[in-house]
This record gives sequence, structure tokens and C-alpha cells, in this order.
Amino acid sequence: MTTTEKFGKVDIDRLHIELGEGKRRFEALQDVSISIAPGEFVCVLGPSGCGKSTLLGALAGHLRASAGSVRVDGAAVDGPHPDRGLVFQHHTLFPWKRVLDNVAFGLKMKGVARGERHQRARDLLKLVGLEDFEHSYPAHLSGGMQQRVEIARVLINHPRVMLMDEPFGALDAQTRLKMQELLLDVWARIETTILFITHDIDEALFLADRILVMSPRPGRIIEEIKLDFARPRGPELVTSRAFTELKRHCLALLHPETRVVPLERLSPLGAPDLTHIQFAI
Amino acid sequence: MALSSSYSPAADGVRQDDAASPALSTSAALPPLDAALQQWLHYGLRLASVAICLLLWQWASTVHLNLGLITFQNVPSPQEVLQAAWTLAQSPKLLSHLSASLYRVFAGFVVAALAGIVLGMLIGRLRWLADVLLPPLELLRPIPAVAWIPLSILMFPSSEISMIYITFIGALFPILLNTIHGVEGVDARLIASARSLGSGRRAIFTEVILPAAAPSIVTGLSIGMGTAWFCLVTAEMIAGQFGIGYYTWASYTIQNYADIIVGMLFIGVMGMGSSALIKKLGGLLMPWYLLQR
Repeated sequence: MTTTEKFGKVDIDRLHIELGEGKRRFEALQDVSISIAPGEFVCVLGPSGCGKSTLLGALAGHLRASAGSVRVDGAAVDGPHPDRGLVFQHHTLFPWKRVLDNVAFGLKMKGVARGERHQRARDLLKLVGLEDFEHSYPAHLSGGMQQRVEIARVLINHPRVMLMDEPFGALDAQTRLKMQELLLDVWARIETTILFITHDIDEALFLADRILVMSPRPGRIIEEIKLDFARPRGPELVTSRAFTELKRHCLALLHPETRVVPLERLSPLGAPDLTHIQFAI
Repeated sequence: MALSSSYSPAADGVRQDDAASPALSTSAALPPLDAALQQWLHYGLRLASVAICLLLWQWASTVHLNLGLITFQNVPSPQEVLQAAWTLAQSPKLLSHLSASLYRVFAGFVVAALAGIVLGMLIGRLRWLADVLLPPLELLRPIPAVAWIPLSILMFPSSEISMIYITFIGALFPILLNTIHGVEGVDARLIASARSLGSGRRAIFTEVILPAAAPSIVTGLSIGMGTAWFCLVTAEMIAGQFGIGYYTWASYTIQNYADIIVGMLFIGVMGMGSSALIKKLGGLLMPWYLLQR
């Protein structure tokens, strides 16, 4: 194999996305341009509802650009593809499949024989530390384990880009830290670009090579922060001085004190259900 | 017990996990006994309820209770019914009645299941097909099985097919509507994930939508099986010399009142049995389903 050429280069050029129907149509993303190098770990940080998940949905191919272009390795994104793996905040494992078959699903879609796909699924389960749970159903696992299976299921396709939409947002603080370290560990072993959406400043600072800060809706990139913390990173990083200074800087950027009513969370699949609009009193 | 011996004074006043666990484990060890007892209590209560109903029936029919609006003067007593049931059970007629009915119900049910599931999946997924098919189906839905008798006699060459058609109509709508409901309720994120993992249209159907809608479909099948039996008497009023529904109707026309109730009871037991069978099969096919709730 020719491994000299690296995959996973992302080019987003002047992307606009509008969501919703008719009068409720609104601009979710405004003139977003991002360029990500192969193998880079980029976090998009922004307040709830700012359109960062919309950005992810466009890259995944679930949302169409209103204007501008999204390219991965030069090819325009025109629909979902196993090269661009998507991880949601809440797991989307198939409840009727055991863990092993969930992980092997991508290979089944490629027509890989049962024995081989199970073997490769076992390898990936080992990578995320769940080799003892291959026969369990997803409902038997804890939230953190479910997300680990979800990550393994995406990785089996060797994605060029891994798109993660606040994947640890629903986990408790302890589990979240463990999952962050696990993700960095996995990422160090495989060659993939990661675009990671979060509203947690600590998480972004801990994980990323680069942070893109987004403004409230309509989402624009308002700042780019390069992080030079040495890898591998451990928990001691979060108490370092450089870390806290950057954290203060991010807090100021996100302006939590001037934020108006928090916006409804958007999903990579489009607008929130606008038929149930609730008026703020 | 274990509680007092492992309770250390060091943990006094401090809510420690270690100190709390023995107390938890002893209280967790007790419920199984409690649960078993409660289970028996439930069974006992249910049996008692049936027994009281039977006793009330026996009493009302022996004293020929007449409340003006409702009268038990012509209602046979449970004892008579039991005798009639015993006589029927011993005669070779029972088997031919039951097998004729089983054949009709299952033939109607199987066709209804196929049509209901296939149509339901398509209607649930394709907007335009829903627009085309749902209005006529909604119009047909409220029509009771009895109302179909004349038309089904006119439409079908043999009375056997007419009868199967009526059980089919009875079973179709619960199956169809539950399938549509199940398909529409599939989590959009599951479909999106499957597409991101490389699923095409066909795989989305077989790998995601069908299994995700399966619990709802099984519910529909179970209800549909019940309504198929429900429509049996109606169907067998058309013709025939056999069938448990026919037997019930014929017993009325020849004023054999105890046999009416025997027929009713057989239909009830068969309907309940086959619905339970479907639920059981569904549970075996979907071991993951119970875990979710």
C-alpha cells in the first residue's frame, strides 16, 4: 500500500446553510471557510444552537449547502459515505444487533464475509477495550461503553474523517475524562482526521490541535486557536498555567454573561422540530 | 443477621458506599421471596375473580333472574354449558369444526399479514403512496365485517373464499396501521447512521426499518389475530356445515342455547391462544426488545 499519501484533507469554502421551511427559515451557518490538514484533530467550540452541528451535518452529507462548497480530499461531498464517519451525542447503535454485529455493520454493507468481518470487529473492540462485551446487546451497556462501540463501528470503515457531535456530552464527568483519553489514544494509533464538536471549553483544549470558535446563530468562525500542548496528553495538562490562560481567553470569547436566551440545539440532520415552538416568557 | 455484624462503628454517621452496601444487599435478598408470594397472590386473585363470575352466572341462571332490562330466563347455567362442552369434545364433530375454522382464520390472517406488512412499510416510507392508498383504506376501515357479507358473496365464486375474505378484512387493518405506525416511528438518527456506514436504500429497509418497526408489527399481528377470530362467526354465517362460528350460529337457530356458549367459549380460547402464540414468537424473535424498557 502507498501510505505516503495521506487522506482526510477537508476544505470548506464560504459555506452557507439555511434550515427550516417557509417563514421559519433561518440562516444556520454564514460564510464558513475551514481548511483541515490530514490527520488533524480540530474542535469546533461554540454556544448551544450556534450551528456547529449543522457544519458537521454538511460534512457528513446529511445537509445540503445553500451556497459554498464542502470537499474531502478534493471530492465534493454529495451525500453520506463511510469515508466520513459520524458519531452522535446519543449512541445510534442498532438495539436489535449484538455489539459485535453493530461494529461489523459497515463491513456487512461492503459485502465482507461473516467470519472476516467478525474478526475485524473483534480487533476494533479490543482497541476500545470492550473485547468482553461482543455478545451483549447495546441496552446492556453503560453510556460510555455505548459510545465506545459507536466509535469502533465508525472506525471499522477506516474513515478519512471522523465527525463527532458532542459525543461525550451526555456522559458524567468521570466517564467523559476517560473517554477523552481513550479517544486520543485511539486517534494516535489510526490515521484519521477528527472534527469534534463541543461546547465544553476544557474538552476542546484537552483534545484538539486547533480550536475553531463559533459565534451564536448565524454561526461564523470568530477565532482560531492553535494548541501546542505536547502529546500524549494527560490529566495534569488541565491544571497547567498555559491551559488556564487559554481557557480564560475562550470564556471571554463565548461571552456567557451577554448571551440571551439559549437557542434550541440543532442536530446534524437539520432544524429542530419547529412545529413545537415554545415562546419564552 | 449479616447486617449487624458487618456494620462497623467507624462508618457511623458517614454515608460511605462500603457501609451502605451490606444494608443494600440484605434488603435486596428479601424481595425474591416477597415477589414469589406476590405472584401467587396475583394468580389467586385472578382465579378468584373467574370463580366469582362463574358463581354469579350459576346463581343468576338457576333463579332465572329477571331484571326487566336483562333477563337470565333463557340463559343456560354453567353446569349445562360444561355438559354440552363435554359432549361436543367427545364427538368427532369438534375436530372438523375446529380445523375448518382454523384453516379459514389462518388463511385470512396470513394474507392479511403479508398485505398489511408490505403495504404498511411502503406507505410509511413513501409519501406519495400514502396519499394514494390511505384515503380509500381509511374509508374501508370502519366498515364492520357483517356489512361485508352480501358483497363478499357476490364477489367471490366460492363461499369458502368469501369466508376467508372476511377474516382477512378483520385482520388487515390492525396489522396495516401498526406497521405504518412502527415505520413512521423509526429514529431518523438510526437511518442517518446506517447511511453514513454505507447502507443503500434496500439495506436501510431490511437492516434498519424492518427490525426497528418489528415490535409494532408484532403488536399489530397479535391484535389482527384476535380480530380474525372475532370476525369468524360473521364469516361462517355465510355458509358451510363446519366451523366453530357456524356451530355457534346454528345452535342459536335450532335453539340449543348451551351450545351457543360452548361455541363462544371455544372461539375465545382459540383467539386468546393464537394471539398469545404470536406474542411469544415475537418475543423469541426479538430478545433485544424487552431489554430496552
